Amino acid sequence: MAQVETAVNAPHRLGFLATLRRDTWWVEPAAIAIGLTIFLGYLSVSAFLDGWSYEIGPYLSPAFEPKLHGVYDAWWFSPALFILWIPVGFRATCYYYRRAYYRSYLLQPPACAVGDLGRKYDGEGHFPLILQNLHRFFMYGALIFVPLLWIGAIRGFHDPDQGWGIGLGSVVLCVNAFLLMMYTFSCHSFRHFIGGGLNCFSCSAWTRARKGLWDRVSAWNVNHRLWAWSSLAWIVFTDVYIRLVANGHITDPNTWSGF
Amino acid sequence: MAEVTMRIFRGNANGGEFVDYTVEAPEGQVVLDVIHTVQATLANDLAVRWNCKAGKCGSCSAEVNGKPRLMCMTRMNLFPPGEPIAVAPIKTFPLIRDLVTDVSFNFAVAKEIPAFKPRPPEADGTYRMMQVDVDRGQEFRKCIECFLCQDVCHVIRDHPENKERFFGPRFFVRLAELEMHPLDMEDRTELIRKAAGIGMCNITKCCTEVCPEDIHITDNAIIPLKERVADRYYDPFRWIFGKLTGK
Repeated sequence: MAQVETAVNAPHRLGFLATLRRDTWWVEPAAIAIGLTIFLGYLSVSAFLDGWSYEIGPYLSPAFEPKLHGVYDAWWFSPALFILWIPVGFRATCYYYRRAYYRSYLLQPPACAVGDLGRKYDGEGHFPLILQNLHRFFMYGALIFVPLLWIGAIRGFHDPDQGWGIGLGSVVLCVNAFLLMMYTFSCHSFRHFIGGGLNCFSCSAWTRARKGLWDRVSAWNVNHRLWAWSSLAWIVFTDVYIRLVANGHITDPNTWSGF
Repeated sequence: MAEVTMRIFRGNANGGEFVDYTVEAPEGQVVLDVIHTVQATLANDLAVRWNCKAGKCGSCSAEVNGKPRLMCMTRMNLFPPGEPIAVAPIKTFPLIRDLVTDVSFNFAVAKEIPAFKPRPPEADGTYRMMQVDVDRGQEFRKCIECFLCQDVCHVIRDHPENKERFFGPRFFVRLAELEMHPLDMEDRTELIRKAAGIGMCNITKCCTEVCPEDIHITDNAIIPLKERVADRYYDPFRWIFGKLTGK
């Protein structure tokens, strides 16, 4: 191995925020930090607001999907916690979100060619960040949520008392299920699982079929960031919409009430 | 024809400073053209490494206004007129003089990677590969070894001591090319995990952002390698499946 250099030469220097960049490099990490804080902050609070109705008629907030529970008296316990740990773990260990929060929250580094925070750096090679390798297990769990969310979305067309119909909430729930499905199916771990681990795509009918799927997932994976943000924003919107309808703040246009 | 001011770092390992040079820059020029004009007219002793002037040799890496770039592929009209354009040597490697650095670290790392080891040839003495199996590797073969990805990677850029235990993005591209090769028999997974230090990469994608060949270093090389390491070391289900099926 080459001799290790312990310092850098002028005009550079080591240290937090050390850079020769003169552009507005701080805008992207700041915007991501604000966006993540708003969306994740809202969902964290929302999970504990089970006393503020999160379902009405055919609509159930996706934060509580699938419904396994009722209302709990203890403020510190949310029924959403039964299920949220899987999607939360999936996003927390997601390769895109890791990029986002390493840059925006941990400032390692805040932007390219801008000095990172911390005198020593071990990355994901040691505890606790070595646990990022659990991503694939959360991905397996997230795959179960895809049909569950679609079942919830289809149930949004069936009022328990009035039968089949359609409302704005039904469409909102379908878009939510679609975006979360695309976020899951564009996952890097899923891409590896489906075919990325192969070295020979042409060796058998099985590997050729996996190559076809891998191509499709790779095309989705290019836009993983888009799916990550759109699905996160939409689940917040869906939760807010259903709560506003369920608590009488707005009216959902639908066929059951004749629009 | 417009006048531009190039703020070029002049110095060596003992120190130096930015010096302003104002020259004419005809429309359509790239940064390297203007550096050559400075060298020809105002600073004959300016040290700059270059070769092809076509973005294929990877020699003219520098930091232009703080961003790692190939000077020959950076058009002057990217920059607002009237403002000095700062050109500095790349940070991660020891400075020799002016804009020239010693990138021999990379050649030392390259020697640590086990070479391609093909499986035995077929009965007729030949090897056959389908195009579909080599497409992935061909993306990695585009690498021109400009080492901009090595330069921008904060693991070694901001922590030079990590050069002992981290190969850097360029060599994850090389390892991915070899590991995904349909004929290769060598197992480099332990090397990737330990000596190459893939766990130190926190996938902030700066290497991908600066790659002049548009290689998707993080998505197509580093993350797949991380997943292969996870297959081997962090996935008990795969381990059990392998034991049961003998794979």
